[in-house]
Formats: sequence, structure tokens, C-alpha cells
Amino acid sequence: MTQSSELIEMKVPARPEYVGVVRLTVSGIANRLGYSYDDIEDIKIAIAEACTNVVNHAYPDDTEQDSMHITFAVYEDRMELIVADQGGAVDVDQLNKGRGPITKEQPVEDLKEGGLGLFLIETLMDEVEIRGESGVMIIMTKFLQRDEVDPYVNTASEESPEHQ
Amino acid sequence: MNLDIQVSEHENKNVAQVSGEVDVYTATKLKETLTPLAEQEDKELVVDLSGVDYIDSTGLGIFIGALKASEKSGTSLTLTGLNSRVKRLFEITGLHEVIDIDSTKREEA
Repeated sequence: MTQSSELIEMKVPARPEYVGVVRLTVSGIANRLGYSYDDIEDIKIAIAEACTNVVNHAYPDDTEQDSMHITFAVYEDRMELIVADQGGAVDVDQLNKGRGPITKEQPVEDLKEGGLGLFLIETLMDEVEIRGESGVMIIMTKFLQRDEVDPYVNTASEESPEHQ
Repeated sequence: MNLDIQVSEHENKNVAQVSGEVDVYTATKLKETLTPLAEQEDKELVVDLSGVDYIDSTGLGIFIGALKASEKSGTSLTLTGLNSRVKRLFEITGLHEVIDIDSTKREEA
């Protein structure tokens, strides 16, 4: 019943080729925890969006130090994913407003090729928090749905002699 | 983490068969392939995504770019073969309302 968590951390270069590595890692962790196929796919997209934001926006092209720090905090009922960069000041208020889906009322030439990432994160995850301290930190939570078939819970305690 | 694109040219259309994962790493390759095809004035562009098992906003952005290019050149862009996951992403973002998505399984070549 305690809220103890297991922490998994990784620090990778903030470059496009590493986003897939982070995605594979989160897929492995979520799979181990028993998330459904659809939830795992949602989590993969959300973390990739957060990492893509770091890759595209956190560091100027000429900077030497460019890394992203990903923390997976695993709880009994949920997983928290934290993606942080060490980039410069970003206007978090700006990030926090003006997101939404595309509507057919918008003329095609007004559509932007970026900007759907944060909207997707908010749609696919249960809770999202964006903090700007030194750089940007995105904290995303996905709850584990336990009401479906769970092979690790022994529901028929008296009728399972094979566990003895 | 691979992306494969096969382009076949037909009389009045170009068909690009895409398979693999579309993310920030593979997106450049997709964009460089699709943009010139979308800019061709005499041919419509059909993109077959039946081999795509992962796409995120970077990939969606490329299709927005391709749509813009095809409208500018007076042709059309159609996506086919989307699996349910990929299709869901187009629906969540509202892109299915502006991009022509053909739900029938596959184009006849």
C-alpha cells in the first residue's frame, strides 16, 4: 500500500536518432508493468513527442552540451515519465496556450507543420505538467488499468492448486 | 527504426508505398521523397501507409506539408492503407478532416 516507486533513468544525446531508443525503452518498461497494447502505443507517442521537442527546440545548433534526461518513475498504479532538457529559457506560458486539433474551417495554407506534439501528449496521457526552470521539464502520467484481465493477480485463490 | 519508401509512377498518379516507423529521425527522408512528388503538377499523389506501424506529430506534419504542396500545384493527395492506430492519430488531431483518407484497403495498381 505504500507509494514507493522504482526509478529508471537515462541520459541520451538530444538527437533524432535517439528518440527511437527512448521509445523502445519505454515500451519495454510499460510492457513489463502490464499496460495494454493501446496504452503502450499511446505512451510511446507521448514520450517521443516530448523528446522531439527537446531535439528540435532545446539547444541552439552550435552548442556543445546537448542531452535529454528521461526518468521513468514506476508506481503500483501508474507510471510517471519525466523528460527534461538543460536548454535555455523557454516561455512556458507560451507553450501552455494555443494548442488544439485541426479543424476543417482552417484554410490549408494556414495549417502549421509543427505544434501538434504537445496537443497529442495531453490527449494520450492522463496527466501532464510542464515546468520551466533551467530548461523545460515535461511530466506525464499514465495510470495502469487493472480492471482488465491481469495474469499476475490470483483471483481464484481456492481453486488454483497449480500455484502450490 | 527503419523507413522504406518505394515510389511507382503511373499514368496520372504517383504512388508512394511507405513502411516502417515515421518519427523525427526518419521524417527527413519521407519529406524529401514526398515534397517533389506533391509538387508535380500533372500527377496526383497517393501515399500507401499500410506498412507503417508508428507515426507521431513529426510525420503528421510532413503530410500537412505534402497537402499544401499538392494544393499549390493543383493536384491531390490521398492516403491509403492506414492501420487503426495510425488512423486514430489522424482523427485525434483532426487531420482526417483536411486530408483525403481512403479507407478501402489498397489501391489497384
